[in-house]
Amino acid sequence: MAETSIRSRKGPVTYLLRIFVITYLAVLVIWPLWEVGQQTFFPPDRGAGGGFGAFVERLSDPSVSYAFNLTATVAFWSVVINTVFGVGISLLIVRYRFPGRRILSVLVDLPMSVSPVVVGLALVLAYSTGQGWFGSALASVGFYIIGTTPGLIMATAFVSLPLVIREVVPVLEEIGTDAELAASSLGATGWQTFRRITLPSIKWAVVYGVVLSMARSLGEFGAVKIVSPGAEFRGETATLLIQNRYTNYQEPTAYAAAFVLVLASVLALVVVSLIRKEDHV
Amino acid sequence: MTQTLVASPPPARPAGRGPGRAGRPGRRGRGSAANGGLFRLTPTSGLGLGVALVWFSVLVMLPLAAVIGAAAEGGWASFWGTLTDAQTFAALRLTVVEAFLVTVVNAFVGTVVAWVLVRDHFWGKRVLDVVIDIPFALPTIVAGLVLLSLWGPDSPVGVNIVNTREGIFLALLFVTLPFVVRTVQPVLIELDADVEEAAASLGASRFTTFRRVILPSLVPAIAAGSSLGFARAISEFGSLVLISGNTPYQTEVASLKILKFLEGDNQAGAAAVAVLLLLVAVVTIVALDLISRRVARRG
Amino acid sequence: MKRVMKAAAVAVTSALALSACASAGGSDDAETINIVGFAVPEAANKAIATEFNKTDAGEGVTFSGSYGASGEQSRKVADTDGKDVDYVHFSLEGDVTRLVDAGLVADDWNAGPNKGIVSSSIAVIAVEKGNPLGITGWEDLTRDDVKVITADPASSGAARWNILALYTHALAQGATEAEADAYLKDVFGNVATWAASGREATEAFKKGVGNVLITYENEAILAKQNGEELDYVVPETSFLIENPGAVLEDADPVATDWLEFVLSDAGQTEFVKKGFRPVGDLDISDIEVDGANDPADPFPAPAGQLYTIADLGGWSDVTAEWFGKDGVKLRFDKLYAAATKQ
Repeated sequence: MAETSIRSRKGPVTYLLRIFVITYLAVLVIWPLWEVGQQTFFPPDRGAGGGFGAFVERLSDPSVSYAFNLTATVAFWSVVINTVFGVGISLLIVRYRFPGRRILSVLVDLPMSVSPVVVGLALVLAYSTGQGWFGSALASVGFYIIGTTPGLIMATAFVSLPLVIREVVPVLEEIGTDAELAASSLGATGWQTFRRITLPSIKWAVVYGVVLSMARSLGEFGAVKIVSPGAEFRGETATLLIQNRYTNYQEPTAYAAAFVLVLASVLALVVVSLIRKEDHV
Repeated sequence: MTQTLVASPPPARPAGRGPGRAGRPGRRGRGSAANGGLFRLTPTSGLGLGVALVWFSVLVMLPLAAVIGAAAEGGWASFWGTLTDAQTFAALRLTVVEAFLVTVVNAFVGTVVAWVLVRDHFWGKRVLDVVIDIPFALPTIVAGLVLLSLWGPDSPVGVNIVNTREGIFLALLFVTLPFVVRTVQPVLIELDADVEEAAASLGASRFTTFRRVILPSLVPAIAAGSSLGFARAISEFGSLVLISGNTPYQTEVASLKILKFLEGDNQAGAAAVAVLLLLVAVVTIVALDLISRRVARRG
Repeated sequence: MKRVMKAAAVAVTSALALSACASAGGSDDAETINIVGFAVPEAANKAIATEFNKTDAGEGVTFSGSYGASGEQSRKVADTDGKDVDYVHFSLEGDVTRLVDAGLVADDWNAGPNKGIVSSSIAVIAVEKGNPLGITGWEDLTRDDVKVITADPASSGAARWNILALYTHALAQGATEAEADAYLKDVFGNVATWAASGREATEAFKKGVGNVLITYENEAILAKQNGEELDYVVPETSFLIENPGAVLEDADPVATDWLEFVLSDAGQTEFVKKGFRPVGDLDISDIEVDGANDPADPFPAPAGQLYTIADLGGWSDVTAEWFGKDGVKLRFDKLYAAATKQ
């Protein structure tokens, strides 16, 4: 981007806008985040211990580590599923011709605009044993979705479904089909073409999508709240734990867990911005 | 994390993206136009398509159909009765009004933030650039907790927004912050400097240049960002759980109303409100698709 | 640079994958009792569990608890066919009855001497520290300077007890049914928030949403034990709250031992320490109840009458008269709609 005279000229308006933006972001985002740090390491009242030691101690409670483990498991599987599905469906949508292709390409965006509560409700209405469309059929073969880890994975996979697709599709469109066509005319199999030609060019888009999905999955709350039994050691994910502890006179633990998730999401953001830079240098 | 992160094309992605191709969602839709050479399905890819469709149906389409089914079960009268029940209606109205106000503020502030991030240069700008995404990267329940720690009952500044409409407004403003910024930013970056120079050399003031030259090319991006933000605000749940007090007619919003119906064992009521939210989601993605296709045609 | 990035991405992914595997592998053979309960007894059940672990039957047993709005908790258990649930502890009898209807709890669950009731309390009025408004009883809740917080009967069992406490107060004053309705409507008009559960109502009160909270006595005591700035008033008439508990038919056999222990003196003592009134004839004279208005005499009998659900004909009658569902508006719902109408 070339600096031009008109763009680099700075008037009072420039400074006014700058100050406005800094203040706005500081008050809306930075200050509250700072307060979370304060609450985490210097809990204000009722004799709760402060400092890093107390923070670590709160997190090493077995039910807290269970919650983080469960969250990691659920996030891991939903990311794996979404990556495989996402890359596959992106290739199909961009490269192949079939009836309903355009509708499908719009529909795969839908999960991100659906309220998490609706996602949870939808899964319950479809798969719960008591009242779901398919619940009793599944239960009769001993398979339960609502109230179990598979249910949590489905809820999480639902809300983060489009993330990989949204990253991969534009790149696939951009690189075009020339190299792939050339490869297959030289006798490469479909798999070889994918592995040698397509995959390297969409690699960063996939990584980017994976990081985004991971962050989204770690933090899912609404959908999970509805499908999870939400019990300690049984379906209580990190986000549910935060709510449960906050409402159960254990605010310091809630803040400690929240602080970890804040760190995780900031880390994800930093990784993403590094990837972006890497991708385009 | 975040539609926004995702809705935004990486700012510096080069290679012939004209200005105005804002929202990413629709770009995919242009595939057929941009891509002459689409392959026919082979047996392998056909199988892949089959598997993908089955999974997509199982995960997304069937459950959503179940919601519509549950809402339809009691018949039109009961569906309509639920939505027009004074309390439910008040919740829906509050949701729409708050989402609308937030969207208006975001359309304005988001554009300003994007402008400053692109055109201004100062120490710490890159930090702000990351800060923009934080509200979205944060788990929503944590977002609620974050806001409560500053504006809650233990507020160091003595302001308690719990169970107020201002609180809901603030929470929505927080979670929707990145949308407009992230859609407008890339367009601003790629905006052609020559046009501005030309306008300036013809004697246009900076404001006139902005209004007549820059703003029109930003409008599609602002519209795209706003509709994403609006959809998000309508459906927001996690960040409001701790903040809204759920007072009927005062601070009860649609998503919390669904939860209340569920907790009160009224599946049909929950499904009815859910269908309405679903409708908003569908309208939004269709609108985005149309916006980006229009822009694509112009570009 | 590229390589560094790649390494970082791989590291992050594999770290998460590792932790995922770690959790997947962590199962043990210990017996576990999975409890599903209404919003407020978590602290008490945990204390009882600690004591239970000290007995022969309870040695090595681990616990997992899920707590929330009674109605929803019950629905969740029914929806999952009682899978992985051993013991339920609800606010209302109806929430257990649902599980009986679903074939998950035995028909004779309430045949014992305790009639299925495992914990009890009374409805009280919690106020700000020092009672600045000078609240003395239910009649004050109609005052203009009062902003009431209660749970919402649509989802919460606690709330239904609250409503009946208000109603029977009116009856005790000699009110006719129409006058009672008028009184209830008056109070409802003062409600600042209808929370989803008894616990969320307490939360709202802590956050300063209103200045008077209708709640369980034990919930007020627990809040005080946790250092919350509040006091509570035991009104002249009140309502005896009786919460049922039951073991599921497919439960781990140790759950039956657990239920027995909950009802034993040792179990009830833990309830008492957390502010519940004892079920059965436990002698509580030696137990200090931290957080009670008078720790030495923690559970004063209301000066007037203490109504019970039996006085009103039992839950099935009361529910059929008062609390509609699926959009059907019964007596409570109509008063609520009339009072909250804007």
